[in-house]
Amino acid sequence: MTKVLDPTNEVEPAKIPRVDRPASLDGLTVGLLDISKPRGDRFLDRIEERLVELGLRVERFRKPTFTKPAPVDLRHEIATKCDVVIEALAD
Amino acid sequence: MSQTEVPDLPDGLVAVVKQDCATCEMITPVLVELAERSDLTVFTQDDPNFPAEISDPRFDADLALSWHHDIETVPTLLLVRDGKERERTVGWSRSEWERVSGVSELGPRLPDQRPGCGSLSVDPTLSAELAVRFGGSNLLGRRVEFASLEDTHEALFDRGWTDGLPVVPPTEARVLAMLEGTRRSPNDIVAKVPPDLAPCSVEKVAINAVMAGCRPEYLPVVLAALEAVCTDTFNMHGLLATTMPHAPVLVVNGPIAAKIGMNSGNNALGQGNRANSTIGRAVQLVIRNVGGGRPGEVDRAALGSPAKVGFCFAERETDSPWTPISTMYGFPSGTNTVLAFPGEAPRNLVDQLSRDPDSLAHTYAANLISIQHPKLILGFDAILAVAPDHSRIFGDAGWSREQLTDRIVELTVRPGKELVRGAGGISEGLPEAMADLDLPKFRPNGLHIVHCGGGAGLFSAIIGGWVNGEMGSNPVCVEIIP
Repeated sequence: MTKVLDPTNEVEPAKIPRVDRPASLDGLTVGLLDISKPRGDRFLDRIEERLVELGLRVERFRKPTFTKPAPVDLRHEIATKCDVVIEALAD
Repeated sequence: MSQTEVPDLPDGLVAVVKQDCATCEMITPVLVELAERSDLTVFTQDDPNFPAEISDPRFDADLALSWHHDIETVPTLLLVRDGKERERTVGWSRSEWERVSGVSELGPRLPDQRPGCGSLSVDPTLSAELAVRFGGSNLLGRRVEFASLEDTHEALFDRGWTDGLPVVPPTEARVLAMLEGTRRSPNDIVAKVPPDLAPCSVEKVAINAVMAGCRPEYLPVVLAALEAVCTDTFNMHGLLATTMPHAPVLVVNGPIAAKIGMNSGNNALGQGNRANSTIGRAVQLVIRNVGGGRPGEVDRAALGSPAKVGFCFAERETDSPWTPISTMYGFPSGTNTVLAFPGEAPRNLVDQLSRDPDSLAHTYAANLISIQHPKLILGFDAILAVAPDHSRIFGDAGWSREQLTDRIVELTVRPGKELVRGAGGISEGLPEAMADLDLPKFRPNGLHIVHCGGGAGLFSAIIGGWVNGEMGSNPVCVEIIP
Protein backbone atom coordinates (compact mmCIF):
# COMPACT_ATOMS: atom_id res chain seq x y z
CA MET A 1 0.00 0.00 0.00
CA THR A 2 1.33 3.43 -0.93
CA LYS A 3 0.26 6.58 0.87
CA VAL A 4 0.88 9.92 -0.83
CA LEU A 5 0.14 13.56 -0.07
CA ASP A 6 -2.55 15.33 -2.08
CA PRO A 7 -0.86 17.77 -4.50
CA THR A 8 -4.03 19.83 -5.09
CA ASN A 9 -5.37 22.82 -3.16
CA GLU A 10 -7.96 20.49 -1.55
CA VAL A 11 -10.53 23.24 -1.88
CA GLU A 12 -13.95 22.41 -3.24
CA PRO A 13 -14.87 25.39 -5.41
CA ALA A 14 -17.83 27.32 -4.01
CA LYS A 15 -20.82 26.65 -6.23
CA ILE A 16 -23.00 29.71 -6.69
CA PRO A 17 -26.24 28.84 -8.51
CA ARG A 18 -27.01 30.86 -11.62
CA VAL A 19 -29.96 33.20 -11.62
CA ASP A 20 -32.82 31.66 -13.60
CA ARG A 21 -33.20 32.95 -17.13
CA PRO A 22 -36.01 35.52 -17.21
CA ALA A 23 -39.04 34.50 -19.30
CA SER A 24 -39.05 37.96 -20.88
CA LEU A 25 -36.70 40.96 -21.00
CA ASP A 26 -39.55 43.42 -20.46
CA GLY A 27 -38.59 46.09 -17.95
CA LEU A 28 -35.13 44.61 -17.29
CA THR A 29 -31.73 46.31 -17.44
CA VAL A 30 -29.26 44.61 -19.74
CA GLY A 31 -25.53 44.94 -19.06
CA LEU A 32 -23.16 44.77 -22.02
CA LEU A 33 -19.63 43.80 -20.99
CA ASP A 34 -16.80 44.51 -23.42
CA ILE A 35 -13.77 42.39 -22.43
CA SER A 36 -11.45 44.65 -24.49
CA LYS A 37 -10.82 42.24 -27.35
CA PRO A 38 -10.43 44.10 -30.67
CA ARG A 39 -13.76 44.90 -32.32
CA GLY A 40 -15.85 43.63 -29.40
CA ASP A 41 -17.21 47.18 -29.12
CA ARG A 42 -18.62 47.01 -32.68
CA PHE A 43 -20.54 43.87 -31.84
CA LEU A 44 -21.89 45.39 -28.63
CA ASP A 45 -22.82 48.70 -30.34
CA ARG A 46 -25.07 46.75 -32.66
CA ILE A 47 -26.57 44.69 -29.81
CA GLU A 48 -27.24 47.91 -27.89
CA GLU A 49 -29.10 49.40 -30.89
CA ARG A 50 -31.31 46.32 -31.11
CA LEU A 51 -32.04 46.25 -27.37
CA VAL A 52 -32.87 49.98 -27.23
CA GLU A 53 -35.25 49.45 -30.18
CA LEU A 54 -37.03 46.91 -27.98
CA GLY A 55 -37.39 49.59 -25.31
CA LEU A 56 -34.89 48.10 -22.89
CA ARG A 57 -32.47 49.92 -20.62
CA VAL A 58 -28.80 49.19 -21.43
CA GLU A 59 -25.67 49.71 -19.29
CA ARG A 60 -22.22 49.44 -20.87
CA PHE A 61 -19.13 48.05 -19.08
CA ARG A 62 -15.55 47.38 -20.10
CA LYS A 63 -12.82 45.20 -18.58
CA PRO A 64 -9.37 46.89 -18.48
CA THR A 65 -7.84 43.90 -20.34
CA PHE A 66 -9.12 40.61 -21.65
CA THR A 67 -6.09 38.77 -20.22
CA LYS A 68 -7.10 39.24 -16.58
CA PRO A 69 -10.29 38.46 -14.67
CA ALA A 70 -12.73 41.37 -14.30
CA PRO A 71 -11.88 43.45 -11.21
CA VAL A 72 -14.15 42.68 -8.27
CA ASP A 73 -15.55 46.24 -8.17
CA LEU A 74 -16.63 45.98 -11.79
CA ARG A 75 -18.33 42.64 -11.14
CA HIS A 76 -20.16 44.14 -8.18
CA GLU A 77 -21.27 47.17 -10.19
CA ILE A 78 -22.67 44.94 -12.93
CA ALA A 79 -24.48 42.74 -10.41
CA THR A 80 -26.11 45.72 -8.69
CA LYS A 81 -27.10 47.66 -11.83
CA CYS A 82 -28.22 44.90 -14.18
CA ASP A 83 -30.69 42.03 -14.36
CA VAL A 84 -28.96 40.22 -17.22
CA VAL A 85 -25.55 40.52 -18.88
CA ILE A 86 -24.21 39.92 -22.35
CA GLU A 87 -20.43 39.49 -22.63
CA ALA A 88 -18.67 39.95 -25.95
CA LEU A 89 -15.80 37.63 -26.89
CA ALA A 90 -14.92 39.13 -30.25
CA ASP A 91 -11.65 39.27 -32.21
CA MET B 1 -0.40 10.99 10.98
CA SER B 2 1.15 8.00 12.72
CA GLN B 3 2.21 8.40 16.32
CA THR B 4 3.94 5.88 18.56
CA GLU B 5 4.43 5.61 22.28
CA VAL B 6 7.57 7.31 23.56
CA PRO B 7 9.72 4.46 24.96
CA ASP B 8 10.51 4.91 28.66
CA LEU B 9 14.09 5.37 29.78
CA PRO B 10 15.10 3.00 32.59
CA ASP B 11 16.40 4.70 35.73
CA GLY B 12 20.15 4.73 36.28
CA LEU B 13 22.74 5.13 33.53
CA VAL B 14 21.73 4.59 29.89
CA ALA B 15 24.28 4.20 27.11
CA VAL B 16 23.25 4.21 23.43
CA VAL B 17 25.80 2.62 21.07
CA LYS B 18 26.16 0.95 17.70
CA GLN B 19 28.55 -1.72 16.57
CA ASP B 20 29.53 0.23 13.44
CA CYS B 21 31.34 2.93 15.47
CA ALA B 22 34.99 2.76 16.44
CA THR B 23 34.47 4.95 19.52
CA CYS B 24 31.70 2.62 20.76
CA GLU B 25 34.06 -0.35 20.27
CA MET B 26 36.82 1.50 22.11
CA ILE B 27 34.72 2.30 25.19
CA THR B 28 33.47 -1.29 25.66
CA PRO B 29 35.72 -1.75 28.76
CA VAL B 30 34.14 1.39 30.27
CA LEU B 31 30.67 -0.03 29.72
CA VAL B 32 31.71 -3.28 31.40
CA GLU B 33 33.14 -1.31 34.31
CA LEU B 34 29.96 0.81 34.69
CA ALA B 35 27.77 -2.31 34.50
CA GLU B 36 29.76 -3.76 37.44
CA ARG B 37 30.08 -0.59 39.53
CA SER B 38 26.72 1.12 38.76
CA ASP B 39 23.26 0.56 37.28
CA LEU B 40 23.79 0.65 33.50
CA THR B 41 21.44 -0.24 30.62
CA VAL B 42 22.99 -0.42 27.16
CA PHE B 43 20.88 0.16 24.05
CA THR B 44 22.37 -0.98 20.75
CA GLN B 45 21.18 0.34 17.40
CA ASP B 46 22.50 -2.08 14.78
CA ASP B 47 23.86 -5.40 16.18
CA PRO B 48 21.58 -6.90 18.88
CA ASN B 49 24.58 -8.68 20.48
CA PHE B 50 26.87 -5.66 20.69
CA PRO B 51 28.80 -5.22 22.88
CA ALA B 52 29.48 -8.94 23.41
CA GLU B 53 31.01 -8.23 26.82
CA ILE B 54 27.69 -6.84 28.13
CA SER B 55 25.33 -9.60 29.25
CA ASP B 56 21.97 -8.21 28.09
CA PRO B 57 22.20 -5.23 25.73
CA ARG B 58 18.74 -4.02 24.64
CA PHE B 59 18.12 -3.75 20.92
CA ASP B 60 16.62 -0.46 19.69
CA ALA B 61 15.59 -2.26 16.52
CA ASP B 62 13.11 0.34 15.20
CA LEU B 63 15.22 3.21 16.62
CA ALA B 64 12.16 4.43 18.54
CA LEU B 65 14.14 5.07 21.72
CA SER B 66 16.94 6.82 19.85
CA TRP B 67 14.55 8.96 17.81
CA HIS B 68 12.25 9.99 20.64
CA HIS B 69 15.13 10.83 22.98
CA ASP B 70 17.02 12.85 20.35
CA ILE B 71 20.12 10.66 20.23
CA GLU B 72 22.26 12.32 17.55
CA THR B 73 25.64 10.81 18.41
CA VAL B 74 26.82 7.41 19.63
CA PRO B 75 27.97 6.71 22.20
CA THR B 76 25.60 8.84 24.28
CA LEU B 77 25.54 8.44 28.05
CA LEU B 78 22.44 9.55 29.98
CA LEU B 79 21.73 9.76 33.67
CA VAL B 80 18.03 9.02 34.30
CA ARG B 81 16.13 9.53 37.51
CA ASP B 82 12.36 9.00 37.95
CA GLY B 83 12.13 8.28 34.20
CA LYS B 84 13.57 11.70 33.31
CA GLU B 85 16.89 12.53 31.74
CA ARG B 86 19.05 14.52 34.17
CA GLU B 87 22.48 14.52 32.49
CA ARG B 88 23.84 13.74 29.05
CA THR B 89 27.23 13.48 27.36
CA VAL B 90 28.05 12.46 23.78
CA GLY B 91 31.16 10.80 22.34
CA TRP B 92 33.90 9.80 24.74
CA SER B 93 35.32 12.24 27.26
CA ARG B 94 36.64 10.68 30.44
CA SER B 95 35.87 13.73 32.59
CA GLU B 96 32.34 14.04 31.18
CA TRP B 97 31.60 10.30 31.63
CA GLU B 98 32.92 10.50 35.20
CA ARG B 99 30.77 13.57 35.90
CA VAL B 100 27.57 12.02 34.46
CA SER B 101 28.11 8.56 36.01
CA GLY B 102 29.61 9.70 39.29
CA VAL B 103 32.17 6.90 38.87
CA SER B 104 35.84 7.88 38.89
CA GLU B 105 38.92 6.61 37.04
CA LEU B 106 37.01 5.28 34.05
CA GLY B 107 38.91 3.66 31.17
CA PRO B 108 42.44 4.37 32.40
CA ARG B 109 44.01 2.96 29.20
CA LEU B 110 41.83 5.03 26.86
CA PRO B 111 42.70 8.42 25.43
CA ASP B 112 41.13 11.34 27.31
CA GLN B 113 38.58 11.94 24.64
CA ARG B 114 37.40 10.89 21.21
CA PRO B 115 34.44 12.12 19.15
CA GLY B 116 31.56 9.73 18.59
CA CYS B 117 29.76 8.73 15.39
CA GLY B 118 26.38 9.69 13.95
CA SER B 119 23.39 7.97 15.51
CA LEU B 120 21.49 5.69 13.09
CA SER B 121 18.35 7.67 13.94
CA VAL B 122 19.79 10.75 12.20
CA ASP B 123 21.19 8.84 9.22
CA PRO B 124 20.12 10.86 6.15
CA THR B 125 18.72 7.73 4.49
CA LEU B 126 16.51 6.95 7.49
CA SER B 127 15.66 10.23 9.20
CA ALA B 128 12.72 11.20 6.97
CA GLU B 129 11.15 7.71 7.28
CA LEU B 130 11.58 7.84 11.07
CA ALA B 131 10.06 11.32 11.25
CA VAL B 132 6.98 9.97 9.49
CA ARG B 133 6.86 6.76 11.52
CA PHE B 134 7.21 8.42 14.89
CA GLY B 135 4.90 11.35 14.25
CA GLY B 136 7.51 14.06 13.87
CA SER B 137 5.80 15.16 10.66
CA ASN B 138 3.53 18.18 10.96
CA LEU B 139 2.44 18.19 7.33
CA LEU B 140 -1.12 19.30 6.77
CA GLY B 141 -1.81 17.81 3.34
CA ARG B 142 -4.53 15.21 2.95
CA ARG B 143 -3.18 11.65 2.91
CA VAL B 144 -4.34 9.59 -0.04
CA GLU B 145 -3.97 5.81 0.16
CA PHE B 146 -3.72 3.58 -2.84
CA ALA B 147 -4.74 -0.07 -2.58
CA SER B 148 -2.04 -2.75 -2.59
CA LEU B 149 -3.25 -4.02 -5.94
CA GLU B 150 -3.35 -0.54 -7.47
CA ASP B 151 -0.41 0.51 -9.62
CA THR B 152 0.71 3.76 -7.98
CA HIS B 153 1.83 5.36 -11.23
CA GLU B 154 -1.45 4.57 -12.95
CA ALA B 155 -3.38 5.82 -9.91
CA LEU B 156 -1.56 9.16 -10.10
CA PHE B 157 -2.44 9.47 -13.79
CA ASP B 158 -6.06 8.50 -13.08
CA ARG B 159 -6.45 11.31 -10.57
CA GLY B 160 -5.36 13.87 -13.15
CA TRP B 161 -2.32 14.95 -11.15
CA THR B 162 0.31 14.55 -13.88
CA ASP B 163 1.25 16.57 -16.94
CA GLY B 164 1.19 13.45 -19.13
CA LEU B 165 4.58 12.19 -17.97
CA PRO B 166 5.04 9.87 -14.99
CA VAL B 167 5.57 11.57 -11.61
CA VAL B 168 7.46 10.51 -8.49
CA PRO B 169 4.85 9.45 -5.88
CA PRO B 170 4.85 12.20 -3.21
CA THR B 171 5.13 10.05 -0.10
CA GLU B 172 5.38 11.80 3.23
CA ALA B 173 9.03 10.79 3.62
CA ARG B 174 9.94 12.26 0.22
CA VAL B 175 8.06 15.48 0.93
CA LEU B 176 9.78 15.86 4.31
CA ALA B 177 13.13 15.32 2.63
CA MET B 178 12.19 17.93 0.00
CA LEU B 179 11.33 20.45 2.73
CA GLU B 180 14.91 20.12 4.03
CA GLY B 181 15.84 22.18 0.95
CA THR B 182 14.41 25.40 2.38
CA ARG B 183 14.50 27.24 5.68
CA ARG B 184 10.90 28.31 5.16
CA SER B 185 8.12 26.79 7.24
CA PRO B 186 5.90 24.26 5.42
CA ASN B 187 2.89 26.40 6.31
CA ASP B 188 4.20 29.64 4.77
CA ILE B 189 2.00 30.82 1.94
CA VAL B 190 4.11 31.28 -1.18
CA ALA B 191 1.55 32.74 -3.55
CA LYS B 192 -2.02 32.68 -4.70
CA VAL B 193 -1.85 30.45 -7.73
CA PRO B 194 -4.02 31.16 -10.78
CA PRO B 195 -6.46 30.42 -12.18
CA ASP B 196 -8.28 29.45 -8.97
CA LEU B 197 -6.17 31.95 -6.97
CA ALA B 198 -5.61 29.18 -4.43
CA PRO B 199 -3.30 30.02 -1.52
CA CYS B 200 -0.30 27.71 -1.96
CA SER B 201 1.88 26.67 1.00
CA VAL B 202 5.56 25.69 0.90
CA GLU B 203 4.32 22.15 1.64
CA LYS B 204 2.14 22.05 -1.49
CA VAL B 205 5.08 23.31 -3.56
CA ALA B 206 7.27 20.59 -2.03
CA ILE B 207 4.70 17.90 -2.89
CA ASN B 208 4.62 19.00 -6.52
CA ALA B 209 8.40 19.38 -6.60
CA VAL B 210 8.74 15.75 -5.48
CA MET B 211 6.36 14.72 -8.26
CA ALA B 212 8.34 16.72 -10.83
CA GLY B 213 11.54 14.89 -9.84
CA CYS B 214 13.30 17.77 -8.06
CA ARG B 215 16.04 17.32 -5.50
CA PRO B 216 15.61 19.25 -2.22
CA GLU B 217 18.30 21.77 -3.14
CA TYR B 218 16.20 22.91 -6.15
CA LEU B 219 13.25 23.87 -3.93
CA PRO B 220 14.32 27.49 -3.27
CA VAL B 221 14.46 28.07 -7.05
CA VAL B 222 10.98 26.60 -7.51
CA LEU B 223 9.62 28.78 -4.67
CA ALA B 224 11.20 31.93 -6.11
CA ALA B 225 9.92 31.12 -9.60
CA LEU B 226 6.37 30.72 -8.27
CA GLU B 227 6.60 34.02 -6.44
CA ALA B 228 7.71 35.64 -9.69
CA VAL B 229 4.99 34.19 -11.92
CA CYS B 230 2.11 34.63 -9.45
CA THR B 231 2.28 38.42 -9.57
CA ASP B 232 -0.04 40.85 -11.29
CA THR B 233 2.96 42.05 -13.30
CA PHE B 234 3.70 38.63 -14.75
CA ASN B 235 -0.01 37.77 -15.07
CA MET B 236 0.18 33.97 -14.96
CA HIS B 237 -3.61 33.88 -15.26
CA GLY B 238 -3.55 35.49 -18.68
CA LEU B 239 -0.53 33.50 -19.81
CA LEU B 240 -2.35 30.30 -18.93
CA ALA B 241 -5.73 31.28 -20.34
CA THR B 242 -4.49 32.72 -23.62
CA THR B 243 -5.00 30.90 -26.92
CA MET B 244 -1.30 31.58 -27.61
CA PRO B 245 1.26 28.86 -26.80
CA HIS B 246 3.43 30.66 -24.23
CA ALA B 247 4.58 29.58 -20.77
CA PRO B 248 6.91 30.79 -18.02
CA VAL B 249 10.52 30.49 -19.24
CA LEU B 250 12.86 30.55 -16.22
CA VAL B 251 16.46 31.83 -16.39
CA VAL B 252 18.59 31.22 -13.29
CA ASN B 253 21.57 33.41 -12.39
CA GLY B 254 24.14 33.42 -9.59
CA PRO B 255 26.26 30.80 -7.84
CA ILE B 256 23.23 28.64 -6.98
CA ALA B 257 23.03 27.50 -10.60
CA ALA B 258 26.37 25.66 -10.45
CA LYS B 259 25.80 24.62 -6.85
CA ILE B 260 22.65 22.67 -7.71
CA GLY B 261 24.14 21.35 -10.94
CA MET B 262 22.18 23.34 -13.50
CA ASN B 263 23.22 23.27 -17.13
CA SER B 264 24.16 26.48 -18.91
CA GLY B 265 26.41 24.80 -21.48
CA ASN B 266 25.89 22.11 -24.13
CA ASN B 267 22.19 21.53 -24.75
CA ALA B 268 21.25 24.09 -22.05
CA LEU B 269 17.81 24.54 -23.60
CA GLY B 270 17.35 20.79 -24.07
CA GLN B 271 16.95 17.59 -22.09
CA GLY B 272 19.32 15.59 -19.91
CA ASN B 273 19.91 17.78 -16.86
CA ARG B 274 17.81 17.00 -13.82
CA ALA B 275 17.68 20.54 -12.39
CA ASN B 276 16.85 22.20 -15.71
CA SER B 277 14.23 19.59 -16.52
CA THR B 278 12.45 19.42 -13.18
CA ILE B 279 12.40 23.01 -11.83
CA GLY B 280 10.25 24.35 -14.64
CA ARG B 281 8.12 21.22 -14.52
CA ALA B 282 7.50 21.68 -10.78
CA VAL B 283 6.22 25.22 -11.40
CA GLN B 284 3.86 23.91 -14.07
CA LEU B 285 2.62 21.09 -11.82
CA VAL B 286 1.80 23.63 -9.08
CA ILE B 287 -0.20 25.66 -11.60
CA ARG B 288 -1.99 22.50 -12.68
CA ASN B 289 -2.64 20.90 -9.31
CA VAL B 290 -2.87 23.82 -6.89
CA GLY B 291 -4.07 26.52 -9.30
CA GLY B 292 -6.35 24.20 -11.26
CA GLY B 293 -4.93 25.31 -14.62
CA ARG B 294 -5.41 22.44 -17.04
CA PRO B 295 -5.24 22.33 -20.85
CA GLY B 296 -8.66 22.47 -22.46
CA GLU B 297 -10.14 24.03 -19.34
CA VAL B 298 -8.83 27.47 -18.34
CA ASP B 299 -5.69 26.77 -20.39
CA ARG B 300 -7.05 27.63 -23.86
CA ALA B 301 -3.82 27.32 -25.90
CA ALA B 302 -4.71 26.57 -29.50
CA LEU B 303 -1.42 24.80 -30.22
CA GLY B 304 0.66 24.91 -27.04
CA SER B 305 4.39 24.29 -27.07
CA PRO B 306 6.95 21.91 -25.55
CA ALA B 307 7.94 24.85 -23.30
CA LYS B 308 4.71 24.25 -21.38
CA VAL B 309 6.03 21.02 -19.86
CA GLY B 310 8.59 23.18 -18.07
CA PHE B 311 11.35 25.41 -19.42
CA CYS B 312 14.26 26.39 -17.19
CA PHE B 313 17.95 26.96 -17.80
CA ALA B 314 20.91 28.84 -16.33
CA GLU B 315 22.85 31.69 -17.88
CA ARG B 316 26.46 30.86 -18.77
CA GLU B 317 28.10 33.50 -16.61
CA THR B 318 31.67 32.17 -16.40
CA ASP B 319 32.96 33.31 -19.80
CA SER B 320 30.16 35.70 -20.73
CA PRO B 321 31.15 38.98 -22.36
CA TRP B 322 28.17 40.52 -20.53
CA THR B 323 26.94 40.99 -16.99
CA PRO B 324 24.24 38.55 -15.84
CA ILE B 325 20.77 39.23 -17.29
CA SER B 326 19.59 39.86 -13.70
CA THR B 327 21.56 43.14 -13.73
CA MET B 328 18.89 44.45 -16.14
CA TYR B 329 16.56 44.19 -13.14
CA GLY B 330 18.91 45.95 -10.72
CA PHE B 331 20.50 42.92 -9.04
CA PRO B 332 24.29 43.03 -8.51
CA SER B 333 26.33 40.30 -10.27
CA GLY B 334 26.61 37.23 -8.05
CA THR B 335 23.04 37.44 -6.74
CA ASN B 336 21.00 34.25 -6.96
CA THR B 337 17.98 35.15 -9.06
CA VAL B 338 15.37 33.63 -11.30
CA LEU B 339 13.92 35.56 -14.22
CA ALA B 340 10.44 34.56 -15.33
CA PHE B 341 9.86 35.40 -18.98
CA PRO B 342 6.58 34.65 -20.79
CA GLY B 343 7.98 32.75 -23.75
CA GLU B 344 7.56 30.04 -26.31
CA ALA B 345 9.85 27.19 -27.39
CA PRO B 346 13.25 28.25 -28.77
CA ARG B 347 14.02 28.59 -32.45
CA ASN B 348 17.56 28.19 -33.75
CA LEU B 349 19.34 30.88 -35.71
CA VAL B 350 22.33 30.10 -37.94
CA ASP B 351 25.12 32.46 -38.94
CA GLN B 352 28.39 30.65 -39.59
CA LEU B 353 30.08 33.33 -41.68
CA SER B 354 29.80 36.60 -39.73
CA ARG B 355 33.04 37.51 -37.95
CA ASP B 356 32.28 41.11 -37.11
CA PRO B 357 29.65 42.21 -34.60
CA ASP B 358 27.66 44.45 -36.92
CA SER B 359 27.14 41.69 -39.47
CA LEU B 360 25.94 39.36 -36.71
CA ALA B 361 23.64 42.07 -35.32
CA HIS B 362 22.08 42.28 -38.82
CA THR B 363 21.48 38.52 -38.74
CA TYR B 364 19.80 38.77 -35.36
CA ALA B 365 17.62 41.67 -36.51
CA ALA B 366 16.53 39.85 -39.68
CA ASN B 367 15.38 36.88 -37.60
CA LEU B 368 13.91 38.76 -34.63
CA ILE B 369 11.65 40.77 -36.91
CA SER B 370 9.59 37.64 -37.57
CA ILE B 371 8.52 37.03 -33.95
CA GLN B 372 4.77 36.26 -34.02
CA HIS B 373 4.48 38.06 -37.38
CA PRO B 374 6.92 40.22 -39.34
CA LYS B 375 4.26 42.93 -39.59
CA LEU B 376 3.37 43.09 -35.89
CA ILE B 377 5.44 45.39 -33.71
CA LEU B 378 6.04 46.50 -30.12
CA GLY B 379 3.67 43.92 -28.64
CA PHE B 380 6.20 41.13 -28.12
CA ASP B 381 9.49 40.89 -26.21
CA ALA B 382 12.14 38.22 -26.86
CA ILE B 383 15.00 36.35 -25.28
CA LEU B 384 18.00 36.13 -27.59
CA ALA B 385 20.11 33.22 -26.31
CA VAL B 386 23.63 33.72 -27.63
CA ALA B 387 26.02 30.76 -27.68
CA PRO B 388 29.76 31.20 -26.99
CA ASP B 389 30.90 31.02 -30.63
CA HIS B 390 28.70 34.01 -31.34
CA SER B 391 29.22 35.88 -28.06
CA ARG B 392 33.00 35.80 -28.56
CA ILE B 393 32.61 38.00 -31.61
CA PHE B 394 30.93 40.68 -29.48
CA GLY B 395 33.33 40.15 -26.60
CA ASP B 396 36.40 40.56 -28.82
CA ALA B 397 34.94 43.76 -30.30
CA GLY B 398 34.03 45.12 -26.85
CA TRP B 399 30.29 45.29 -27.53
CA SER B 400 28.26 45.52 -24.34
CA ARG B 401 24.76 44.03 -24.04
CA GLU B 402 23.36 47.57 -24.26
CA GLN B 403 25.29 48.30 -27.45
CA LEU B 404 24.11 45.09 -29.11
CA THR B 405 20.54 45.70 -27.96
CA ASP B 406 20.54 49.26 -29.28
CA ARG B 407 21.90 48.12 -32.64
CA ILE B 408 19.25 45.38 -33.00
CA VAL B 409 16.49 47.81 -32.01
CA GLU B 410 17.79 50.28 -34.61
CA LEU B 411 17.97 47.59 -37.32
CA THR B 412 14.43 46.39 -36.62
CA VAL B 413 12.83 49.82 -37.16
CA ARG B 414 10.80 49.74 -40.37
CA PRO B 415 8.62 52.14 -42.35
CA GLY B 416 4.93 51.86 -41.48
CA LYS B 417 3.96 51.48 -45.11
CA GLU B 418 5.55 48.00 -45.11
CA LEU B 419 3.57 47.02 -42.00
CA VAL B 420 0.03 48.24 -42.65
CA ARG B 421 -2.84 45.92 -43.45
CA GLY B 422 -2.58 44.65 -47.00
CA ALA B 423 1.10 45.55 -47.44
CA GLY B 424 3.18 42.72 -48.92
CA GLY B 425 -0.04 40.99 -49.98
CA ILE B 426 -0.82 40.14 -46.31
CA SER B 427 -4.05 41.22 -44.61
CA GLU B 428 -2.51 41.07 -41.14
CA GLY B 429 -0.83 44.31 -40.15
CA LEU B 430 -1.17 47.73 -38.59
CA PRO B 431 -3.90 50.34 -39.14
CA GLU B 432 -3.42 52.47 -42.27
CA ALA B 433 -2.98 55.58 -40.07
CA MET B 434 0.49 54.29 -39.12
CA ALA B 435 1.75 54.13 -42.73
CA ASP B 436 3.88 57.27 -42.52
CA LEU B 437 5.65 56.44 -39.25
CA ASP B 438 8.96 54.68 -38.69
CA LEU B 439 8.13 51.87 -36.29
CA PRO B 440 10.39 49.83 -33.97
CA LYS B 441 9.83 46.09 -33.49
CA PHE B 442 10.83 46.17 -29.82
CA ARG B 443 9.85 48.34 -26.88
CA PRO B 444 12.64 49.63 -24.58
CA ASN B 445 13.98 46.71 -22.46
CA GLY B 446 11.95 44.27 -24.53
CA LEU B 447 15.02 42.37 -25.73
CA HIS B 448 16.68 40.03 -23.23
CA ILE B 449 20.14 38.93 -24.41
CA VAL B 450 21.25 35.85 -22.43
CA HIS B 451 24.54 33.94 -22.74
CA CYS B 452 24.24 30.15 -22.81
CA GLY B 453 25.07 27.04 -24.78
CA GLY B 454 28.00 24.81 -25.58
CA GLY B 455 31.46 25.73 -26.80
CA ALA B 456 31.05 24.81 -30.47
CA GLY B 457 28.42 26.01 -32.94
CA LEU B 458 27.93 29.41 -34.54
CA PHE B 459 24.30 29.64 -33.47
CA SER B 460 21.96 31.58 -31.28
CA ALA B 461 18.33 30.99 -30.38
CA ILE B 462 15.23 33.13 -30.18
CA ILE B 463 12.55 32.64 -27.55
CA GLY B 464 9.61 34.80 -28.61
CA GLY B 465 7.49 36.51 -25.97
CA TRP B 466 3.77 36.74 -25.31
CA VAL B 467 1.78 40.00 -25.44
CA ASN B 468 3.76 42.46 -23.33
CA GLY B 469 2.90 45.35 -21.06
CA GLU B 470 -0.24 46.08 -19.06
CA MET B 471 -2.41 44.17 -21.52
CA GLY B 472 -0.39 40.98 -21.12
CA SER B 473 2.71 40.15 -19.14
CA ASN B 474 5.97 41.74 -18.09
CA PRO B 475 9.03 39.65 -17.18
CA VAL B 476 9.72 39.45 -13.44
CA CYS B 477 13.11 38.78 -11.82
CA VAL B 478 13.31 37.85 -8.13
CA GLU B 479 16.06 36.88 -5.71
CA ILE B 480 16.26 33.23 -4.66
CA ILE B 481 16.11 32.99 -0.85
CA PRO B 482 17.33 29.76 0.79
